[in-house]
Order: sequence, then C-alpha cells, then structure tokens
Amino acid sequence: MAWILRNLWLIPALPTLAAGISALLPQRRRAMSAGLAIGSMSLSLLLALCAFAHTLAEPARQVFNFRWMQFGAEWVSLGWVLDPLTAVMLVMVTFVGLLIFLFSVGYMAHDENFTRFFCFLSLFSGAMLGVVIANSLLLLFMCWEIVGLTSYLLIGFWYQRPSAAAAAKKAFITTRIGDLGLLLGMVWLYGQTGTLLFYDHGAGCMEHGALSLLTAQTTSIGMAVSTAIGLLIFCGAVGKSGQVPLHVWLPDAMEGPTPVSALIHAATMVAAGVFLVARTYPLMSASLPDAASAATTALQVIAWVGAITAVFAALIAVAQNDIKRILAYSTVSQLGYMMLGLGVGGVAVGMFHLITHAFFKALLFLGAGSVIHGCSDEQDIRRMGGLRRWMPVTFATYAAGMLALCGFPLFAGFWSKDEILHAAHGWSISQGPFYLGAFGALLTAFYMTRQVCYVFFGRYRSGAAHTADAQHAHGHDHAAHAASKPHESPAVMTVPLTILAVFAVLLGFAGTPAWPWFASFLGGEPLSLDFRRFAENGILPLMLASSLIVIAGLALGWWLYGRKPVEDADAPDVLERAQPGIFHALQNRLYVDEFYSWTIIRLARWGAVLSDWLDRRVWNGVVQLVAWTVRACGWFDASVDSYVVNAGFDESCRGVSGSGRFFSMLQNGQVQRYLRTVGIALAVLMVLLLWSRRG
Amino acid sequence: MLAWTIYISFLGAAAVMAVPRENARPARWIALLCALAGFGITLAAAMQYRAGELMTVADARWIPQLGIEYHLAIDGISLTLLLLTGIAAIAGILFSWNIERRVQEFFALYLALIGGVYGVFLSFDLFLLFIFYEIAIIPKYFLIAIWGSTRREYAAMKLALYSFVGSAMVLAGMIAAFVTAGATTMNLAELARYPFPVHFQMWAFPLVFVGFAILAGLWPFHTWAPTGHVAAPTAASMLLAGVVMKLGAYGCLRVAMMLFPQGLDPWGFHVLGFGSWRDVFALMALIGILYGATVALVQKDFKFVIGYSSVSHMGFVLLGLMTLNLIGLDGAVLQMFSHGVIAGLLFAVVGRMIYDRTHTRNLNELETMRLSRSLPFAAVTFIVAAMASIGLPGFSGFIAELQILIGAWRAFPAFAMLAGVGILVGIAFTWRALQKAFFGEAAPAAEAHPLPPVTLPEKLGALLLMTATLVIGLYPRLLVDLILPSLNSPLFAGLHKAVWR
Repeated sequence: MAWILRNLWLIPALPTLAAGISALLPQRRRAMSAGLAIGSMSLSLLLALCAFAHTLAEPARQVFNFRWMQFGAEWVSLGWVLDPLTAVMLVMVTFVGLLIFLFSVGYMAHDENFTRFFCFLSLFSGAMLGVVIANSLLLLFMCWEIVGLTSYLLIGFWYQRPSAAAAAKKAFITTRIGDLGLLLGMVWLYGQTGTLLFYDHGAGCMEHGALSLLTAQTTSIGMAVSTAIGLLIFCGAVGKSGQVPLHVWLPDAMEGPTPVSALIHAATMVAAGVFLVARTYPLMSASLPDAASAATTALQVIAWVGAITAVFAALIAVAQNDIKRILAYSTVSQLGYMMLGLGVGGVAVGMFHLITHAFFKALLFLGAGSVIHGCSDEQDIRRMGGLRRWMPVTFATYAAGMLALCGFPLFAGFWSKDEILHAAHGWSISQGPFYLGAFGALLTAFYMTRQVCYVFFGRYRSGAAHTADAQHAHGHDHAAHAASKPHESPAVMTVPLTILAVFAVLLGFAGTPAWPWFASFLGGEPLSLDFRRFAENGILPLMLASSLIVIAGLALGWWLYGRKPVEDADAPDVLERAQPGIFHALQNRLYVDEFYSWTIIRLARWGAVLSDWLDRRVWNGVVQLVAWTVRACGWFDASVDSYVVNAGFDESCRGVSGSGRFFSMLQNGQVQRYLRTVGIALAVLMVLLLWSRRG
Repeated sequence: MLAWTIYISFLGAAAVMAVPRENARPARWIALLCALAGFGITLAAAMQYRAGELMTVADARWIPQLGIEYHLAIDGISLTLLLLTGIAAIAGILFSWNIERRVQEFFALYLALIGGVYGVFLSFDLFLLFIFYEIAIIPKYFLIAIWGSTRREYAAMKLALYSFVGSAMVLAGMIAAFVTAGATTMNLAELARYPFPVHFQMWAFPLVFVGFAILAGLWPFHTWAPTGHVAAPTAASMLLAGVVMKLGAYGCLRVAMMLFPQGLDPWGFHVLGFGSWRDVFALMALIGILYGATVALVQKDFKFVIGYSSVSHMGFVLLGLMTLNLIGLDGAVLQMFSHGVIAGLLFAVVGRMIYDRTHTRNLNELETMRLSRSLPFAAVTFIVAAMASIGLPGFSGFIAELQILIGAWRAFPAFAMLAGVGILVGIAFTWRALQKAFFGEAAPAAEAHPLPPVTLPEKLGALLLMTATLVIGLYPRLLVDLILPSLNSPLFAGLHKAVWR
C-alpha cells in the first residue's frame, strides 16, 4: 500500500492540529498563529500534491478503512479514499486555501482577534479536507457538520454587529434544515445496506451489490429506495450549496470577513454540496438495468433545481448594490450551474466547473476584499468608481476573474460552462434547463459588467461625509485611512490575486473538447489531443452561440453603465429627474437605475425586482411561517403544561391536603374532644356488641 | 473495592458535619476529596473490568428469612453510569465552591445524595436497590428547599411527591414479583431467570416502568423536572439532570425491562392503534422529545430552557430503550452518559457562571448585558455545551443520538423522522438562548458594571465536563465496549428472546 494512501489523514489533521494549538495561544501571539496556519496549510498542500501525483500515476481508486466502533451487532468502519475526485479537490482546497490565508494576513492585520480568526480558518480547512477524503458517509457527515459550525463562527466573527450575529444564526439553522435530510438519508441507507462506507472492495454502499439491492426495492410512493435516499442526501447539498429554496442564508453570510467569503462561501464550503452529489453519484444515477431512460428521478430533480437556481440568483444579482452581495448571488447562480452539470452531464462536467469556479470566484472575492480594504471599508459600489487608476493590480486581476466568470472565450469559465451547456443541450428529458442556462449566462455577463463599470470606471464617488455605519463595518484601524484616497493593497494581498488570476485564465485549457484531460482523469479513460472533436456533436456552433450570448451581455452592460459613467453617487442623477416616482418609492435607495427603466432591460429589471421580492417575502416568508408555527406550538404546549398538566397535579395535591386537614381536625390536641370522641366510640361499640349478642 | 464509593460518600457526609461551623473551608475540601476518591476507584475498576462479565463487588446475607442480601455487582451498564456519577459529583462540588450559607449541611446532603446514587447503580438486589433509590430522594428535597431559588418549597415538594408516587408503583411491582417468584430471593439475576407468567408481566411491566420513568422525565409525568431544575441550586440541578434522571432510566432498563421482558410483547389486539406497551411508551418518548423542545423554544427563563431541553433529551433515552434492538439500547445507555455530562455543563453555565453574578436568568434582561464581553469564558463554555447538546459530531451526543435514530429507524421509521425534527427544534431553541444570553445588542451603559471573573474551580469543572463529552465523542469505544457486551449478556436473555431483532 502506498505511503501516501496510509497517511492521507495527515492532510486534514495538520490544519486541525494548527487550529488546536492556536486556540490555546494568547491573543497577542499573532505572528505565531498566522505562521502555524500557513505552515500547516503549506504542508497539506505538499501532501496533496503527492497524492495528486500518485493518482496521476495510478488512477485506480484506493481506500483505507479501519474499524471505529460497534453499532449494535455490527462494526462501523471509517476510512478515506484516494481517487482522482479526491485528489483534485485536495489540491484545489489546499491551494486556494493557502492563498487566502496569505491574503488574510494583510486583510485582517488590524483586527484585534487575529489569532482567533486563524484558529477558526485552520479548523475549517481541516474539516473541509476531511469531507474531501472521507470514504464513509458518516465521516463525511461529521466533517460536514464541523464545516458548518466553523462557517457559523466565521460569519459571526464580528459578532458585535447584530446583523452578523443574526446572519450567522440564520446560516447555521438554514443549512441544518438540509442536513436533517442528509442525516435521515444516512440513517435510511445504513438501515438498508448495513454500511456507510462508500467503497469497501465490493461491499460499500456505492458499489454494485448495495446499489442493485437498493434499486430493486420500492417505497410506498412507488419510488426506488435508491432514489428516495438520493433525494434525502441531495437535501443536504441543497442547504450547503445554497440552492433554491434554501439559498437565503448565503447572501447574508457576506457579513463575515471577506477572506471568509472567498474561502468558505465561494470556493470550498458551498461547493461541498456539489462534491457530495459527485461523491454519491453512483447512488443518484442508479437505476434498474431495464429502465427506459438513463436519467433517474434524482438526477432530473438535481438538474432542474440547478437550472432554476442559476437563473433565479442571476436575476437577483442584477438588482444588488453591495459588491459582496452581487458576488454572493453570483456564487449561488454558479453553484446552480454545477448542479445542472451533474444532473445532465455527470461527475466530470459538474466538477470541472466547480474547480474553475473555485479559482476565479476566490479571485473575485479577494479582489472585492482588496477594493473594500482600499476604499476605507466601503462596500457600496455606487460609492466607488474609477478605481482602476489607483488599484491597477486589483483591477487587472479582477477583470480576469470577471471575464472567466462570464465565460468569455478562452477564459477558464468559458470551457467549463460550455461543457455544461453542451450537456444540457443533449439532455434527453427536456430542453428547458438548456435555455435557462443560456439565459443565466447572458445575465451573468450583464451583472458583472455592471459591477465592474461601477467599481473601476468613471470617477471616484466616495463623499467625505458618508456613512458612519460603514465605519464600524470592520475592526480595522479606520482613522489611518478614513479620509485618504483609495490605495492599492500591500503585496501580501496582491500576490495571491495575481496567482489566482493566472489560473483563472489558463485553467480552462485542462478541459477543452480537443483535449479533455479533466474528464479523462476523473473517468480514468485514455486521453488524446484531437482538434476534430470541435466539429463533432454540434460543439462548435454551440460554442459560437454561447460566445455571442456572453458578448451580448457584456455589450449590454457596457452600453448601460460604461458608456456614460455615473458621475456622483449622491447628486441627483438622470434617473431621479426622469423617474422620481420610482426613486422615492424605493426610499432613495439607488439600486434602481435609470438605464433599466427605458431600455429593453426593463423586463429584466422587473424580473429581478420580482425575484428579490420573492426572495425576501416568499422564501423568507415560508421560513418565517414555519418558525412562527413552531413557536405557536411552543406557546400552546407551554400553556397546556402550566394550566392542564400542572393544574391537574396541583388539584390532586389540594385533594390530598384537604383530606389531611379533615383528619387533622380529629387530632387537634383538645383533650375534651378526644374524650368526646372516645365516649361516642364506646357508646357505638356498646350498641354494636349488644346488637350482635341479641342476634 | 467499588463498594467504597458508597462508604466514602456517607463517611464523607458525616465528616463534613463534624467540621466546626466557623471555618467552612475544610468542608469543601473533604467533599471534593471524597468525590475524587469515588471517581478514582470507579476509574480503576473500569480499567480492570473484563467486558461482558458480571463482577460481584460485595455479597452478604442481610435478611435471610426473605432472601434479601447485601449484594453489590457491576456490569458494563452500571459501570458507565458509575463513571458518570463520579464525573458529575466532582464537577458539582467545583461549581458550588462559592456556597456560603450552611456549608456543612450542604455538602453533607450532597455527599449523601451521591452515596445513594452510587448505591443504586451498584445494587444487584432489588430490595437494596429500592432502599438506595429512596435514600437518594431525601437529600434532593432538602438541597432544593434550603438552598434553592424561584418557588423552592413548591418545587422541592413537587419533586418529592413525584418521586414517592413513582417509588410506590415500583414497590408494588417489586413485591408482586417477589411473591410470584416464590418469595425466596430478591437477587436480580435470579428474578430475571424466573419465568413470570405473561399476564403478570403485562401489568407489572408498565407499573414498574412508569414508576421509574417518572424520574426519567417521561411525558406527561415530566413536570417535576423543569420546576425542580430551576429551583435547585446549581450543583443540585447538575446532579438532578445529570445523575438522578438517569436513576429512573437505569431502573427502567435494569428492573422493568430485564425482569418483565414479555411485558413488551404485542397484546394481540389493538387499542387506538397501539399494539403493545412498547408502542405506547415509544410514542410518549417521542412526544417528550418534540414537546420538550417546542416548550423550550418560548421560555423566558434561561434555566427553564435547559430544564425542558432535559425532558427532550431524556426522551431520546426512552425512545432508545423502546427500540429493543442492540443499537438503540446501546445508544440509550450512551445517551444517559452523554446527557448527564452535557446537562451538567449547561446548568453550570446558567446557574453558577451567569445567575450567581448577574442575579437574573431572564433572557430579555441578559440580552442587554453583553455577556460575551464580560464573561468570555462562560460564553465559550456555553457554545461548546450548546454544540454538544445539539448533537454536533465530535461530541458524545452525536454518537448517542445517531445510534438511537438508527435503532428507531429499524423499529419505527416514522418516529425516527419525527425525532429528527425534534433535533432540529433543539437546534433552534439552543441557538435562540445562546444568541439572547450572550450576543444580544448591548445598551452602552451595560459595560459599566464589570462582573466578577470566572474562578479557577469553575474553569476546572467546565474543563472536566467538556473533556468527558469530547473524549467519548471522538472515541466512543471507551464506553461502547463496556455497554454492548453487557447488553448481550445472559442477564438480558429474556429481552433477547422476547422481542430482539
């Protein structure tokens, strides 16, 4: 057995150990704590690269299982698995994680809880790597929950702000709703197969024996047991990956520090849901051999949920003004694409987008962090502008990330998104997801152009008198740069940006139709370079079409925002003169822009506002309604408890004490009464005795 | 050697009373040393114990005419609970280091309670078990009535009454079993071997089961628990939730289920959809889980939240017992341990760390105090305790509740789903309390009153309990290897034969 396989556990263990040590460090040991985190992560990255090299040489799946404890009569084993899926994720998480750790050193430099921050961040990385290597649904679930916990702790990192504390709570509880499904799915799976190991030399629950057992049985509603379990597991993925209808927590999660948003709420943790579906893909796609269609119910649900999420979130992103919220909705949308890819195309399609997205979205978030840092903690894109002059590195890297996200030809996102669209186009069930995906691509290009125009073009619009509230947003040293012009970030922040930007441009070439290295690596198939594949299956026309859509989106955005840049955020602009009604109706919130109102985008804007409203009222309302119902039950139960159950107890106690009082009258200590009683008793006794003698 | 846990506790109680009134310090130290000694002895015994065997500790004739013996013995289940008692006893003393009023009496009663509890878990003679069970009730009453708060006389009386009603039911069942089995022995193993007639078991089982389960917080006989927990001083609520509720659950398993396993068999007919006592009690346990959690969701008093959460978590124990499969029973015993530790920790934070300093437990008032700033240690401890309580992986509660859920899934799938919903509500109320108590929006004036910092005994106690739940959560085999072989032992043969799956 290979050395790396036996010691794969070291990869998650090192950051966890670092977290443990820095939890015990006093707050002032800042350098030590950051050093521990970065050092452990570098070692993990090295090991991950070893593991990657090992799978390159030997792509067959290898597992290492050990007995953990006895569950009733059976032994429960845990273990880890080394296959291409694991290896790719390991490298991605450690690499992106390391860059974000480095960036955080600069970004959090002024925070008083620097040590605690790195402790949480390391713990998160450890747990996330645990999710990646787990060869047991149980181990995966355990790490999954710890990941959720660290996410909670980091969203609420600035817990002095009530909004941060509330967002943290909301995130934790919303994801736990999905996790309940996962837990039940796990319990059911265990009940049926008696194992939670994914792969166990033929005896695991993702292998043929268990799967044929599961597909052969049907539940009471006529669904195969495998499908039902798959859907329950998918619930967990919906919660974690912010899919409709459980996506409401993710935009709020942006209350956390920006590196956290980059690492947890863009690159890794939210992708864990997608990874979970990829890991349990054999279960999701298991069907009877004689089934009519290759797409199981579970996969259809995944595809549709993904497609709807992709468009839904993209619409909302169009109407946002907070730089991080736009990116958050964009993340939700892209996660939808990944789910769509898994549903229609299989593991490689979805995972490829996951990997490219991790790089360019981390880049975008870190770029946003750099912008926020440079603009005195400003997050409102209306109060930025023209930053490309002051922050050239940030601008260049951000532009690369933005083009990759939009799917501009030859950038990373282009190849991965195109593969998804191509798979959706060829889906046998319906063309709906394809059209939704194409529409989402248009929106993505549009809202990203809008954001970039706002932030980097035009004139710097930050007024001196603005926002006391934003001042408190970060624990930074405000006084130092409150009044200053925006400035470029230090090298510790720009270097990670540059590295990520290189990947955002080049990574896509690992999975082009001519040279599909990624798919063949995951699938273990032979690889060859063949440019003729562009011409097959209508790939080339589709690529042209999607490029045109992207360019249309970019052009539209530029036409609306770039051509005539916004001059002053506070001054009454064209919109206010043109549409005062809408303006005041929205209480001077500038997120309604004049350009929407008189172009073809009016429709899109209505759609976006409607989605936003849906988001705020309907989905949130459902959550609220459930919460209120449960609370109402609580009140009801509480009153039953105090007025019925308890009153019954009190009443019977009164009965007992009442009879006690009666009897105590009989022995009140007055000798006369005793004598009287004795006398009466004697008389009665005499009468009785006489009576009986006579009878 | 293990018998000394009982003797040390009672001797310690006597020694504490002998301490002169002017100087209370020795009383604390004597109590702490006794508790440490008890735990040390238990730990040593646990290391020597060979899994699965029934180890006799002491055996002497007591009332030979009735076949009653002074018989102490342990198996893995009682050993698990003895360990819990030791841990809870030490932590409780550390958290009552600040008691100033009638210190000698407090610790004497405390040690007497511990001695009684050790006795119950060690007894292998039904009569002896009952005696110790009664001994444990008396100190509880006084601890609440003298050192308690919020309606303490009411709560103490309610607790005592509920306990005695339960005892009366147990006593009736016990005497009936003794007479039916020929009135020659009270030995639990011999009684378990005796083939009681099925119709006898059918009424004796629910009688004894409910008698014990009252103390385990079985819905709808749970109302003593929240008021009792709230009124009790910190150490007493830690013991109440941590150990005393386990006496009830232990009795359910050790006496009711072990002696009358056929009482769980199907009746052969259905009433309102119930086909056996097992269905009835499983439903009551499930209602307890959901009901306790929903009631906790709307409480204003912080301690009531924890009190009702105990009802909910003990519902898991009872549900686990009713699954009647190895995995569920194992989970139930593990949950007894886990809940004992976690509830102790929660009560310690609320009662000692917060209430003794702020003199309020009203969540709306605590919300304005910004306790996460003034008492960071309490905040961290409570976060850990809350995570353990909601069953986060890595803590003992997860392993226990997972096993109960799997066991329940095999026995009653719908109940398992609803119990899962109970876990979700549990998260909601725990997080609500956490948010309100520690991370509320502070009024600026609130920081003007610094609170006394958390003392060393409190830190040690919290550390002890946190370590216990973490160690078992990460390496559950430490306890599972004790529990499982004992569940498989011939003592439970009747249960195996009756309904084992």
